[in-house]
Formats: sequence, C-alpha cells, structure tokens
Amino acid sequence: MTTCVDIINTLSPCLVRAGWNADVANLLSLLLGVVIVATVPLLTVILLIWIERKFAARIQDRIGPNRVGPYGLLQSLADALKMLTKEDITPSGADRILFNLAPIITFATVVLIWAIIPFTPLHIGADLSIGILYFVAVGSIGAVKVMIGGWSSNNKYALLGAFRTIALIVSYEVPMILALLVPVLMAGSMGMQDLTRAQGGMWFIVMSPLAAIIFFVANLAETGRSPFDLLEAESELIAGYNIEYSGFKFGMFMAGEFMHVFTVAVLTAVLFLGGWWGPFVDQLPALGFIWLGLKTAVVYLFMLLIRNTVPRFRIDQVMNINWKFMVPLSIVLILVQSFLLRLIDALGLRPAPEMANDLLANLPQTLVLLAGNLVLGAIFMHLLQRHGRTLREADEALAVVKGEAAPSGGLAEA
Amino acid sequence: METLNEWAFVGVFFAIAWVFPALPIIGAWLVRPKKPNALKKQTYESGVETVGDTWVQFRVQYYIYGLVFLIFDVEMIFLFPWAVAYERLDWFAYGAGFLFIFLLTDALIYAWRKRALEWV
Amino acid sequence: MIELNAQTIAFAVLSALVLGGALGVVTTRNLVHGALWLVLSLLGVAGYFVLLSAPFLAAVQVLVYIGAIAILIVFAVMLTRSMTSLGEVRNRQWWLSAITVILLFLLLAAGIILPVWGRGAPGEVTTLSATVGGAAELGAALVAGDGFVLPFEVASILLTAAMIGAIVVARDEEDEQA
Repeated sequence: MTTCVDIINTLSPCLVRAGWNADVANLLSLLLGVVIVATVPLLTVILLIWIERKFAARIQDRIGPNRVGPYGLLQSLADALKMLTKEDITPSGADRILFNLAPIITFATVVLIWAIIPFTPLHIGADLSIGILYFVAVGSIGAVKVMIGGWSSNNKYALLGAFRTIALIVSYEVPMILALLVPVLMAGSMGMQDLTRAQGGMWFIVMSPLAAIIFFVANLAETGRSPFDLLEAESELIAGYNIEYSGFKFGMFMAGEFMHVFTVAVLTAVLFLGGWWGPFVDQLPALGFIWLGLKTAVVYLFMLLIRNTVPRFRIDQVMNINWKFMVPLSIVLILVQSFLLRLIDALGLRPAPEMANDLLANLPQTLVLLAGNLVLGAIFMHLLQRHGRTLREADEALAVVKGEAAPSGGLAEA
Repeated sequence: METLNEWAFVGVFFAIAWVFPALPIIGAWLVRPKKPNALKKQTYESGVETVGDTWVQFRVQYYIYGLVFLIFDVEMIFLFPWAVAYERLDWFAYGAGFLFIFLLTDALIYAWRKRALEWV
Repeated sequence: MIELNAQTIAFAVLSALVLGGALGVVTTRNLVHGALWLVLSLLGVAGYFVLLSAPFLAAVQVLVYIGAIAILIVFAVMLTRSMTSLGEVRNRQWWLSAITVILLFLLLAAGIILPVWGRGAPGEVTTLSATVGGAAELGAALVAGDGFVLPFEVASILLTAAMIGAIVVARDEEDEQA
C-alpha cells in the first residue's frame, strides 16, 4: 500500500484510491511530472543569466547589472519584458514557417534532455533503460535545428554560420559519445539512475578523469561557448546562424544556449561527480537534490570561468583538436579502460556487490584505473607537446628564410 | 509495462515541450509593434546589398565531415550494447571489441593520411 | 475490434506523423523541405520502435537517421548548385517506376499481412517480448563466440570500407575542381 506522502511519485495510485479513473489519474500524474521537470530548468535559466552576467562583469573588472531589483537580480525579467515589446523582423525571402520553428526547436530540445536527469534517488522524469542514448539522440537533433535556422533566414552569412556550426557540432559528437562509453562500461548500464548508483563508492571522475575531461570539453564545443564560439565570430560571420533573428525569437536562441550550458553542467555532475550522492542521502533522499545542485554549480562556474578567460580558436584549429587529438585519445581510452576493467576482474580487485558503495573496497580498482588514465594522458600530452614544437620550429625556419622576425605561435599561417 | 509508462512520460514531454518556447513568442506577437517596410526586411549583410543567390554552393569538405561522423556514429552505436554487457563477459569479448575498434581506427588513420580531416 | 487505450492512441499519432512526413517528402518541390519532412517521418518510426519495446533501436533511429543521415542529405543538397527550387521535370519512364513501386508495395504488404492472417482470435494478444530493453543481451550476443561475433567484425570492416570509399570519391571530385 503506497502512502500519499510523496505526492510527486505517488499521485496516480492516490487518485485511483480516491475513486478516479486509472487512465485519467495516470495522465494527470504524467502531466504534473512533465511540468515539474520542465519548470526546473526554466526557472533556473532566469537566475543563470544574472549569475553569468555578474560573473563575467567581475572577471572584466566591472560591476555588472545592479539597477533592477536588489543586486540587479531582476535584470533578466526586465530584459525579457523588453524583448517582448521589440519589433520582430522577418527578412524578405525567408522561409516563414521554418524561420519561426527554429527558435522553438532550439529551446524545446534542451528542455527535453531534462526528462532523464535523476534529481534524487527517487525522483527522475523517466528512468529509461537507454537513458544516456536518449540524451545523445535528443542532442543530435541540435544539428537539425541549426540547419533550419540558418537555411530559412535567406542570408549568406547565416547559412555559412549554420554550416560551420553543424560541422563543429557533428565533429565533437564523436569524442563525446566515445567518452560516454566509459561510464557505461563501468556501470554496466545505460540508465541514468544506474549510472548514478554505480558511483556510490567512488565518483567516475576519479576512476576515469580522461573521460570526464573529454566529455566536458566536447560538450563545451557543442554549446558553442568560448573557446569554441565560432558561430559568434563577429568579424567573419557577423553573428552566426541566428543573425536575422530579432525580438523574442532571438531571445529564445539565447535562453536556449544558457540552458544548454546549464544542462551540460548537470549532466557532467550526474555522470562523473556522483549525481545525487552525498552524506545522509540514504536517510533523506530529497537531500540528493541539494548535493546535485551544489555539484552542478561548481561545474557551471568552471564553465563560466573558461568562457570568460580563454580566447577563441580558429575553425581549422577546432577541427584539428577534435579529429587529431580528442578522437584518437577517446578511442585509445576505451581500449585501455576496458582492458583495465578486465584486468581488475581477473585480479579480483573489484569490490563484492554488497561492498560496492564502500570507499575502501573501491580503492584498489580506482587506483588501477586512475593510474592507467594518468599514464595515457601523459603520453598524449607529450605527443601534443612534441607536435607543437615541430610546428613552431617550422614556422621559425620559414621566418628566417623570409628574413622576418620570428612570429609567435601558429599565427604565421593565418 | 513499467518501462512503457516511463516512455509515456517522454511522449507527453515531447508533446508539451514545444509549448514553453512557443508561448512567449506568441505573446510577443500580441504586444510587439508590427511596422515592416522594405528597407527593414532587407537581408542583413553588414549594410552591403546582397548579391546573387543565397543558396551558394558549398565545398565538399562539409560532406566529408558528415560522412566520417556517420561512420563513427554507427560504430559507437554498436559499442554501446557491448559496453552494457561488458561486466559479465570474458577476455574473448574484450578481444572482439578490440578488433572492432582497431579496424575502425584504420579508417580514421586513412582519413588522416589522405588529409580528409583538414579544414581547407 | 481495436481497443482504445494509450498505446493505440500513440500508434495513431505516430502513424499520422510517419505518413504525413512521407507525403511531405514526395510532394514538396524543395529539397531541404523534403529532408525536414523526412526527419519528421523518421521520428515517428522511432516512436514505433518504442511501442514495440525496442527503445535501443529507437535511439539508433534518431541518432543515425536524424542526427547524421538528414544532415548528410542537406550537405549533399548544398553541394549541388541551385537545386533547392526545381521546376517540374518530365520523365518519360514514370510509368515504369510507378509499376515497380506498386509491385513493391504489394509484395511488402503481402509479406507483412500473410504470416499473421487468420491467426490469433479476437482478444488474443501476441506478446512480442517479455523483457523490455535488452541492450545487454544484444551486446552479449554481438561478441559471443557462438553468437554474432563474425557479423560484428564484418560490420566493422564494412564501415571501414565505406569510409575509405567515400573519401576516395569525394577527394577525387575536389581534385578535378582544382
């Protein structure tokens, strides 16, 4: 007999007991769940824009928004109101339906990812058996939305920006998905709750820091934030695929981007930082929400730090980083990680199932995996360093031949 | 049927997710000024009048990236079930996975050597 | 009689999506629109897979067909010049393709309907699979010595060959242009 205390999870049986039709009760509880799950990111995004602007301001030695409300907290609301009243221009020759559809899809696809975020041990939108693939699948619609936006604007720059963005999104999806294989290997499941539960003894970021870094960087590229903000390369592409958008449609693109960044932070926290795991979460599951929030905040602030301090890559550099560094690294990582896991099994270092959540029992296998990751990372960094030195020396040699002063770094070819 | 209920959630989510962004856009449509004119509606290309067709011909490089991605996409999808079952498999399974990945790494090396991955 | 429940409603909605999208693909004159209609149709097929308790295949459907193939189609469209708005092209062999298509349709319809015709009295439900999901079983079968390990490796070789072939074809075109 279920009690009617935890309203979110037990609404349907409670209503049935109160004499409702089972199907109607089920649909109602589904609707309630959807609204709750979707509201979490919607409400946070208003706050996030304020945090982001304050953070950027502090880094750039400014004060940031401070006029509307206490500490400028209501600035985002004021901006939203302003955008509501802005004239919305649809360029002549644009494909009207698609032009209006693109911002909606942009925002909706990010909201959809939240269906599989495990907030606490008990609360998750939908604990799908293929949870992680759901995220990848919904994320892959991202390229389609960029294409719709860029193509329907009837603008050469928008189309050019869209194509560059798609090439970037599609390329970085490869190392991202490969990095996702590592948690799946370790947890033996694709379900988000299973992946979180498997981190009871040790977070995956310790057991495979390389996978965490690859996932993080690839997602940074997917969100189109600096240092991968090629679509915003003002000097070359004006503003990317959303150049022709104005008013609230443009606002939707911006809000979608903010939310995408936040979603990536949550996913990193769930997949590699133990999700809702934290002290006392066994006694009080609702506490998991707070632990997850704290971890997400750490990842999110780190992303803001990167955005505001790292300069933009060139498009050819972005592609080289992906195909010649991240993809080979993630392929080798999977081979090494799966080998080490087999080795751990053979040596009997894997903790017994009943000890899976014990830190000490997990220590031996963690050490083996961590050592493997560190060695692999060191080898790849050494190769990268050597390659960089070769490039630099070639540049300097070229400069000597031309009789110029040696240029710095790889700028010579530009 | 438990899992199908989970998917019902996803289905409802798919049906409703569009409403959240559509509402403010419709709201804006109600309150915003609408005074379009030919000059405003011009395609924005930094103030320069647009020349010729927008649908310009793109280079083959984009297509190659798309193809390479597609191949890797299919490869990775084969690997996911392998990864899920990995815990209860043996060294033979490791060898099979290793061979699978190794063969595809060949393709990557080929693309690399043929300079198909360069941004030109 | 078909029972009216959540699954049949979902099936109806998905079928509308699939058929409507397919109709859009064949009626539109704009190639990019056609690609987008195709995306809609394929999304519906992914929904079918979910209803058939094969969520893994649904994810594959979205990932490969929408995330990669649709994008590839648009890239291909953009490679060709001014193909976005074609005028009507008369083809003298239309009757040949019409006959082929009708025959193919009849063949497929017969292949799907005949095996289940007359079986299962009203009310009798055919269960496709007791377990939902099965990604782990699939993975184990893929690398089992007495399972599908050979097709698994051959698939890898096939993908490698596909990639090499694609690069050869694409690069040659580029060289000719230059």
